[in-house]
Amino acid sequence: MYPAPAEITPPELYARRREFLKTSIGLGLAGAVLPAPTFAAPAQLGNGAKKSPFSTDEAQTPLKHITGYSNFYEFGTDKEDPARHAHQLKTRPWTVRLEGLVRKPVTLDIETILKLAPIEERIYRLRCVEGWSMVIPWLGFPLDALLRQVEPLGNAKYVEFVTALQPENMPGVRSRVLQWPYVEGLRLDEARHPLTLLVLGLYGDLLPSGNGAPLRIAVPWKYGFKSAKSIATIRFVEQEPRSSWMKAAPREYGFYSNVNPDVPHPRWSQAKERRIGEFLKRDTLPFNGYGEQVASLYSGMDLRKHF
Amino acid sequence: MPIAPLKTLVFVLALLPLAYYGWGAWHDTLGANPVEAVTRGMGTWTLNLLLITLAITPLRELTGWHAALRLRRMLGLFTFFYAALHLTSYLWFDQFFAWGEIARDILERPFITVGMAAFVLLVPLAATSSNFAIRRLGGRRWQALHRTVYAIGILAVLHYSWLVKADQSQPLLYGGILVVLLGLRAWWREVERREQLAGKYQPKIRNRIIPIQPRD
Ligand code: HEM
Repeated sequence: MYPAPAEITPPELYARRREFLKTSIGLGLAGAVLPAPTFAAPAQLGNGAKKSPFSTDEAQTPLKHITGYSNFYEFGTDKEDPARHAHQLKTRPWTVRLEGLVRKPVTLDIETILKLAPIEERIYRLRCVEGWSMVIPWLGFPLDALLRQVEPLGNAKYVEFVTALQPENMPGVRSRVLQWPYVEGLRLDEARHPLTLLVLGLYGDLLPSGNGAPLRIAVPWKYGFKSAKSIATIRFVEQEPRSSWMKAAPREYGFYSNVNPDVPHPRWSQAKERRIGEFLKRDTLPFNGYGEQVASLYSGMDLRKHF
Repeated sequence: MPIAPLKTLVFVLALLPLAYYGWGAWHDTLGANPVEAVTRGMGTWTLNLLLITLAITPLRELTGWHAALRLRRMLGLFTFFYAALHLTSYLWFDQFFAWGEIARDILERPFITVGMAAFVLLVPLAATSSNFAIRRLGGRRWQALHRTVYAIGILAVLHYSWLVKADQSQPLLYGGILVVLLGLRAWWREVERREQLAGKYQPKIRNRIIPIQPRD
């Protein structure tokens, strides 16, 4: 009997090496850049990433705060919990299924997805419904590049995002604070909007588990919880999806959840926010400052009603 | 243990949370959002101390350790001290003294409304904690006034329960402890009432200053 590779090499090391190998191969870098894969060189997803005109030049939030202060309830309700527990998340192998109202559902491997489109760096503001914000240099490409892998039927109006459910690796799902698996949703035109990013990494590297590895979305004009993490299924549907938060507290969380300083949450006035790392609060901007790009999506809608 | 060193010990212990948050704020070890950590830390310790204060009487009843009562005033005052710090950190670091916003918060956000009510009710208790005040009021009235602490406990737990987003485990834990602390009192009072009605009443350790009136 041969020992499994995981028994020869410490599991964390092994997993990282495997991940490194896979991604570098995935990106077609292994042969070109490195004669032989060594552990010392990390897979740099950000190498050669395109800059984006959508990026902000505001000061970026330090990585330790992005990883150390995160809401990912599958790992616990404390913002420190993802950093403590998310390493348990199994991110390889990983597939994403695109299904629902499409001509032909597909299941794509993460390695395929990593190669689907050129990686861009997008430095976005992130505004949490709790009244704090960050500036995060994401890596990824427009979600539309992934959605285009299937052909939606005419009656598909919305897209539902389902987060992976790994009960044995996710201590938070033992308590039913939310309905698992975590579900979020966007209108199809929101999902296809060029600002909506399929995120594969941040700060030049692969996504840390506590921030939604191996892939998540970033919808910068909506409150943070709309940007589903660790996505396993993307489903095209006809009816407006009911997200986990809408089910938990329908009066507090609406489907749209666009950042809006004029519509208070029952518990938080949304007029101001604290940028992580700053002492004074700053005014919250409509659509989190992305109004120029996205306001037209909602023309004619009463945003107090469709909060 | 003699009471004087014990009081000193409790005094020092009760200052530790403040020291922790003060040190952490200074050395930036409170994580990504230190302001939130301080506000919450002060709130948590207000509630901790409130429940510890409320535990003194049951502790005395259950253990017969009467000297415990001599710690109660200090614990109550520390509860008020942390409540004042909690409120200050909200008024200052959350709102930067924007009084209009603060008024709206108190009126529109139920968790702030009950938190504020709890604080307002704490003020007269802190103000009448001196021996002088007790003498001025007279024991009966003083005790009647200080029974509002039960309502404060309920408001404080409601405040916590209404401010959490989804995870009610902590508020439930605090609520459970409060129910035990208040339930014991209600139970003992009922036992005493029955004993009085049965004519078995003789003043003993457990007696209250306010005699219990038989119900018709
Ligand atoms: C006796 C009075 C009070 C008690 C026992 C109390 C207790 C607490 C507790 C236990 C927390 C949660 C801490 C945590 O999440 O770990 C909290 C948070 C908070 N309290 Fe209080 N509180 C009181 C009065 C007040 C008052 C008067 C205000 C403001 C007017 C206030 C505003 C807040 C705010 C803004 C938070 C933080 C909410 C958040 O971060 O989302 N509290 N309080």
